[in-house]
Amino acid sequence: MSTPRMYRIEPDALNELIQSLRQQNYTVIGPTPRGAAIVLDEITSTSQLPIGKTDEQAPAQYRLKERGDDAMFAFSAGPHSWKRYLFPPVLKLFSSRKNGEGFQISEELPSSDHEEKYALLGVRACDLSAIQIQDKVFGGGTYQDPAYVRVRNQAFIIAVNCTRAGGTCFCSSVRTGPRARVGFDLAMSEVLDSEHYFIVEVGTDRGENVISTVTSRAAEDGEVEKAEHLIRAAAQSTGRSLEPDNTREILYQNSDHPRWDTVAARCLSCANCTMVCPTCFCATVEDTTDLAGTSADRIRKWDSCFTLDFSYIHGGSVRPSSKARYRHWITHKLASWVDQFGTIGCVGCGRCITWCPVGIDITEEFRVIRETYLMKRGTSPNKE
Amino acid sequence: MVPRPYIVKRIRKDTVDTFTLELGPKDGRSHFSSAPGQFNMIYIYGVGEVPISICGDPSNSTLVHTTRAVGSVTKAMSKLRRGDIVGIRGPFGTSWPVEQARTRDVVVVAGGIGLPPLRPALYHLLAHRDAYGKVVLLYGTRTPDDILFKEELENWRARFDLEVFVTVDRGTPGWRGNVGVVTTLITKAGFDPTNTIAMIVGPEVMMRFTALELMKRGVKAEAIYVSMERNMKCGIGLCGHCQFGPLFTCKDGPVFRYDQIKDLLVKWEI
Amino acid sequence: METLERILSQHPFFKELGVDYMQLVTGCASNVRFEQDQFVFREGAEANQFYLIREGRVALQLFSPERGHITIETLGEGDILGWSWLIPPYSWHFDAKALDLTRAIALDGKCLRRKCEDDHHLGYELLKRFSHIMGQRLESTRLQLLDLYGVRS
Repeated sequence: MSTPRMYRIEPDALNELIQSLRQQNYTVIGPTPRGAAIVLDEITSTSQLPIGKTDEQAPAQYRLKERGDDAMFAFSAGPHSWKRYLFPPVLKLFSSRKNGEGFQISEELPSSDHEEKYALLGVRACDLSAIQIQDKVFGGGTYQDPAYVRVRNQAFIIAVNCTRAGGTCFCSSVRTGPRARVGFDLAMSEVLDSEHYFIVEVGTDRGENVISTVTSRAAEDGEVEKAEHLIRAAAQSTGRSLEPDNTREILYQNSDHPRWDTVAARCLSCANCTMVCPTCFCATVEDTTDLAGTSADRIRKWDSCFTLDFSYIHGGSVRPSSKARYRHWITHKLASWVDQFGTIGCVGCGRCITWCPVGIDITEEFRVIRETYLMKRGTSPNKE
Repeated sequence: MVPRPYIVKRIRKDTVDTFTLELGPKDGRSHFSSAPGQFNMIYIYGVGEVPISICGDPSNSTLVHTTRAVGSVTKAMSKLRRGDIVGIRGPFGTSWPVEQARTRDVVVVAGGIGLPPLRPALYHLLAHRDAYGKVVLLYGTRTPDDILFKEELENWRARFDLEVFVTVDRGTPGWRGNVGVVTTLITKAGFDPTNTIAMIVGPEVMMRFTALELMKRGVKAEAIYVSMERNMKCGIGLCGHCQFGPLFTCKDGPVFRYDQIKDLLVKWEI
Repeated sequence: METLERILSQHPFFKELGVDYMQLVTGCASNVRFEQDQFVFREGAEANQFYLIREGRVALQLFSPERGHITIETLGEGDILGWSWLIPPYSWHFDAKALDLTRAIALDGKCLRRKCEDDHHLGYELLKRFSHIMGQRLESTRLQLLDLYGVRS
């Protein structure tokens, strides 16, 4: 694959694409409206996409609005992220059954090939980066998570480039979007003016095979340029930014900054941010037995560093104050992550800002600490 | 990762709340191999898992764990009987620098329940005694009734090539041994601070003050090693619970070189 | 007397005290010996000496009716024992009992007190050294108080 192949497909062909994937036993997961939000779930046709819908997001605010047109992807990140499928919220790791004086353990494995075969439709560039970040977490260390690796290797990814900036996101400053660059099988950009079509970029041979099963033609330069223009406009109209350089020095050297008290006075330790964050990976395990005690299961569940229990060791928590827990979360996300995995853990999706009930803004909190760091170094924030 | 079944060969009560488990593989096959300082995740059927340091002689095939019964899993463990099955995942974590310590004096300082994780290191040092200079064990506990491995300590003390000092925080009637915190033993031990490796395990406060005292005597921070403890769920760096600053206690530790973590140790609620 | 001076001047406690003061201090020093289980001093008695332990171990103890003799701290070779001679009302607050055969150098505190009143410079030098020891003991005692090895529930 030397130069990216660009195709133009009509909205109907997108439906063909979904059916083609389903015929290959993929479960297609895509955005769909449910209640007052756009969530991720299995979809069987384009009619289930959030057609004509957009969202208005702000700190502690999320509202859906009707656009009055047929746009299929004119919204930003919702409360769900793709980790729901690659790193499920609840997963049985093994079950053990009593036998005689001991017990027998059997690992949980999928019952069929189809069970974990997902086609992810509508992955934004930020979420694509998030998937790549979780690839490093679960698949890049000495110990890997076999369940994650299994699902991930099979997953077919159709990215969608953003043609409109979201209310809380900031991908351009953290260099994760709005254009998807690598890691997708197909990447689409939606163009809706006098015409309605998608420009599809092929990322892998697998993607090429799938696109060849639907009605398409090579995209014309003008059509591609229209899509590029929209993506550029989205990048330029982002409302916030986070400078991702020197995060380690900035945060490690400011563990006693007064800002932590300010944010602690607001933070409810509700853990929403960690639930909606596409890269948060903390999990706990629960061992449960049935009433008779004949079988015991070990279940893995999403956990959050905001709970008091999280750091509990005999007699107390290491981080009893919500101040310490907020500080831990943002320091991990922006600084420790670099030491652990080589990049920052934040992809700029804005979900934590939208879904925080009190509207705490990670870019704002970091900006204040960063200013102190720059002032101590004798450089003004304006210069850098 | 799925736990492997191990059989309880023996369970012994050491003190009021501390006990020792001796385990052997259920399938009778493999000799369990670990480096001094590492730990296992021990699974109790239907109750849960807990990280416990391996504390037996590394050259012996029996897997030994000494622990205190403080939580639901350890309390269930304390009620195990010979023949019961437990699950073992491991060994995990970093180990004591027994190689770097060659040709040098070694000071081992244990506080309370901190002696078990150091025991495999002591066994290794004694098994390769020629490779090391002076070897000193300083051990402090709460009261004389809390002293672990009494017989073994007495055997070690009887050797001419190992110095053993024991002290307690508070004496009991009839106790004629040392009374005072374990840091007071450091001045009594004979070792060359410029050519020493120190290994410390105990409550964090005790480790901080012990390291301080050793450095006052001239031991460099880079020659001091400690073993940290944090909440662990997976033991393999995937669940996030054991983070200590940017470090995962389960895979970047539990043994850490003191100079690399001393700034983290004094940060509150880190 | 000569041997005593050498032993004393080599001890870290008397480091850099100066030749003249060393002679003065040595003049107040003598060798003493305590058999196993012999009391070095008793609570309430006049504190007129302090000791530099050369060999053996001494237990600082308190007696209470319910608990009997409680050992608070043990001191050994190289340790300085006793500072109550320096601070009013100049009486011992604890018992000190030799756990093993103990040899020490006893220094006449009463005599040194008088000399310190006459020569404040000497007083300052001795107080400097004693406050350092007291600081160390206080730190150790605080750590003991924390009961670090106790189980938190």
